[in-house]
Amino acid sequence: MSQARQLTFSIFRYDPQDPNDKPQMVRYVITETPGMTVFIALNQLRDTQDPSLQFDFVCRAGICGSCAMVINGKPTLACRTLTANLPTAEIRLMPLPGFELIGDLSVNTGKFMRELAERLQLWLQPNDTDMDIHRIEAPMAPEEAAKLYELERCVECGVCVSACATKQMRDTFVGAVGLMKIARFELDSRDSRSSEDFYHVIGNQDGVFGCMTLLGCQDACPKDLPHMQQIAYLRRKMAISVTNL
Amino acid sequence: MKIIYTDSLVVGAGLAGLRVAIASKERGLDTIVLSLIPAKRSHSVAAQGGMQASLANTVSGMGDNEDVHFQDTVKGSDWGCDQQVARMFTHCAPKAVRELAHWGVPWSRVTEGDREVIVNAQKVTLTEAKEAHGLINARDFGGTQKWRTCYTADGTGHSLLYAVDNRAISMGIPVHERMEALKIIHDGKRCHGVIARCLITGEIRAYVAKSTTIATGGYGRIYEVSTNAIICEGIGQALALETGVATLGNMEAVQFHPTAIVPVGILTTEGCRGDGGVLRDKDGHRFMPDYEPDKKELASRDVVSRRMTEHMRKGKGVDSPYGPHLWLDITLLGQKHIDTNLREVKEICQHFLGIDPVTDWIPVRPTQHYSMGGIRTKANGESPQLSGLFSVGEAACWDMHGFNRLGGNSLAEAVVGGMIIGQYVADYCQQTTLSIDTQLIEDFGQQIEVEINQLIDGNGTEKAITLKQEMQKIMMDYVGIFRNGTQLEQAVNELSELLKRSRNIGLTCKKRHANPELVDALRVRRMLKVALTVASGAHARTESRGAHSREDFPERNDKDWLNRTLSSWPNDVALTPKLTYEAIDVMSMELPPGYRGYGTNNAIAHPDTQKRQQQIEQVLAGLTEPNDRHAKQAALMPYELPEQFMPANQRLFDNVDVKGEQAK
Repeated sequence: MSQARQLTFSIFRYDPQDPNDKPQMVRYVITETPGMTVFIALNQLRDTQDPSLQFDFVCRAGICGSCAMVINGKPTLACRTLTANLPTAEIRLMPLPGFELIGDLSVNTGKFMRELAERLQLWLQPNDTDMDIHRIEAPMAPEEAAKLYELERCVECGVCVSACATKQMRDTFVGAVGLMKIARFELDSRDSRSSEDFYHVIGNQDGVFGCMTLLGCQDACPKDLPHMQQIAYLRRKMAISVTNL
Repeated sequence: MKIIYTDSLVVGAGLAGLRVAIASKERGLDTIVLSLIPAKRSHSVAAQGGMQASLANTVSGMGDNEDVHFQDTVKGSDWGCDQQVARMFTHCAPKAVRELAHWGVPWSRVTEGDREVIVNAQKVTLTEAKEAHGLINARDFGGTQKWRTCYTADGTGHSLLYAVDNRAISMGIPVHERMEALKIIHDGKRCHGVIARCLITGEIRAYVAKSTTIATGGYGRIYEVSTNAIICEGIGQALALETGVATLGNMEAVQFHPTAIVPVGILTTEGCRGDGGVLRDKDGHRFMPDYEPDKKELASRDVVSRRMTEHMRKGKGVDSPYGPHLWLDITLLGQKHIDTNLREVKEICQHFLGIDPVTDWIPVRPTQHYSMGGIRTKANGESPQLSGLFSVGEAACWDMHGFNRLGGNSLAEAVVGGMIIGQYVADYCQQTTLSIDTQLIEDFGQQIEVEINQLIDGNGTEKAITLKQEMQKIMMDYVGIFRNGTQLEQAVNELSELLKRSRNIGLTCKKRHANPELVDALRVRRMLKVALTVASGAHARTESRGAHSREDFPERNDKDWLNRTLSSWPNDVALTPKLTYEAIDVMSMELPPGYRGYGTNNAIAHPDTQKRQQQIEQVLAGLTEPNDRHAKQAALMPYELPEQFMPANQRLFDNVDVKGEQAK
């Protein structure tokens, strides 16, 4: 058996609450173990080398979307990145750009997502307001339910936002996450909002017409969501609805 | 110290906590939720397979109703649950599913006509009724008589949490993220809120409220390997325990899920077996039918986990660098099914194991998964000892699970419990006023300040992480699936020693704001107390019931142990909890203790069991309408619910069978 690799992690360190601190890259060396993920490596570093290192993990199973960071230049989920799959033993970790930095690799995606949800009203607004929970539910086409679930798999990790060139130039751009969610509610037959209603929210430079279609979102999305198709669909929908206005 | 006042304070922004917050807000109460993390990242999101509710839309669910769900839940609990609570729950589960559809959950729906499924490793054709087309579907899960588990592919928890959090956002309910509750403010009789620390700025705040609801999930992370998210560290239980007044119930009742992947312990849903997957040993042999010829892979979780462990002890496990494991084989389900209904499982296999479950077997092993125990509450969700303190979901011992929870009953408890207890919380807030001496708030705040100062400025030499790892190893080695007196005693002694050492923790990182080492130090002391309630409860309980399995006491002993363990923490210097017991009254049971249907029936009967059986027969014989199941139930065990949840649940077959006509 070959000897275990020595991995060198170059990690972005900065504490924005410490007025004397300056951003820097710090190098750490650890021995790779079988099945090691960036989650395992970072915890090992914190437990054995530097207890002040900040990062966010919750489910550590690729489900909760907490741990997105930039690994060797690419934004992705750290918990399911196996070190063995990285090309070299030199690994660079940076916090996700486009979000408020809490410290080191920890960013405030939660605040961003909540504000986005409030701004775009990302919740179901049902047609039928008098719900009777004691009676048989309204039927839904099985295919529609399946399609909705496909669009709903977004975990709000923020990867699409950090991979988006439009977002870098236009801070108010809703990003692929916002558009995907609008597409999800637009598709839902239970939602009372019309295309015109959605047009008022995303029919502008901050919405579908701002997207430069570079599609970093689709390339980087850890859930393989169909961003390209949905953005194109929404654009067409919005273009048609504006002619009806 | 900043003091924030509110009516309804909720600690924990998972499904149960958010559902209580929504109920409070709907009743016009000021509501604040505290959470370690953004709400949508809570551990509820990781629930894959689904939620049980007796809708009976699918052909394999026909004939299902609250009665059948109740029986399954009580048997599953090994008669350890509170049967009135189980009734409240099973009655409201269909309502919760329908409400969630209204809030946006894209439940998988029934397609009329034939479909091919795998049952007992055979292809079977099911024919769904025309009338059921488009209604909410259900899959099979362990320990149930009917297909009852409603689902959205294998991302049910995700869909539910997103819908419920979206609902909370739409109502403007504030979630104070990255805010950790560290102490309950109380005067020995009433709870007044919590002292919390901001994980970003380090600010200490008091949240003062009429009601405080702890919904912080389970305590799986006191174990070295767990399917739980890393934040499930039992801090909510510790908050209650450290009051010295409130009690924790059945902390020794810890569930091990049969199929977590090896070595990292990430869950693959019970839906894998529910949909037809099988377990195999190192010879490729499907061994579960040898042990449980009737339910096979779909026996209750505690049973399957024990059988797997037994089989591995016979040398039938597959050797690996991480110890023996078994195989979960879902290849027989086919690519299409896996790609649509088990796609999270597929992703997990690809990313963490580098295999494709369409063609490869999955290495699995029983792993800590769920905490049946928790903060003891009455049926209304309130602590019996501390007024104004409520608890809900996995954090609580409301006690619908007893000593073993059925798959699909945890997501269900989170939303159904939240729905019911949310009303009781709102009632409490409307009926009480806030009355508190601000000196009391300052005193509790001071306790946390002192604790933090001592950690940062003190001369402690112990490392929090070392203590945590030692604790986790003790729990793994001595308080696992099979337990015995010698090892449990050792666990209690060693954990007490760690607790003593935890008073001497020192930090290398001296920051008062965002400081992961400080967070660990504050938590590990609290976790150790929780771990001690688990180990002590397990040591004292000299019987086997549900997931609590004693090699030295293999029989279920209703005569001496048909009760609930209550733990409380005597004082600051104590190194073990105080245990007391709350009897479970056989004479008020709707379903008196009986045989669960697994292995040999070795239970030692309770003297009241036969008496209650006879009484039930008499009551039923005296009914004027012997075929009315609702009347039967009401005669045997009346229970209460908030008024708006009392109406009966409508079902498709009620229309078809009872009225003799088809549903529209």
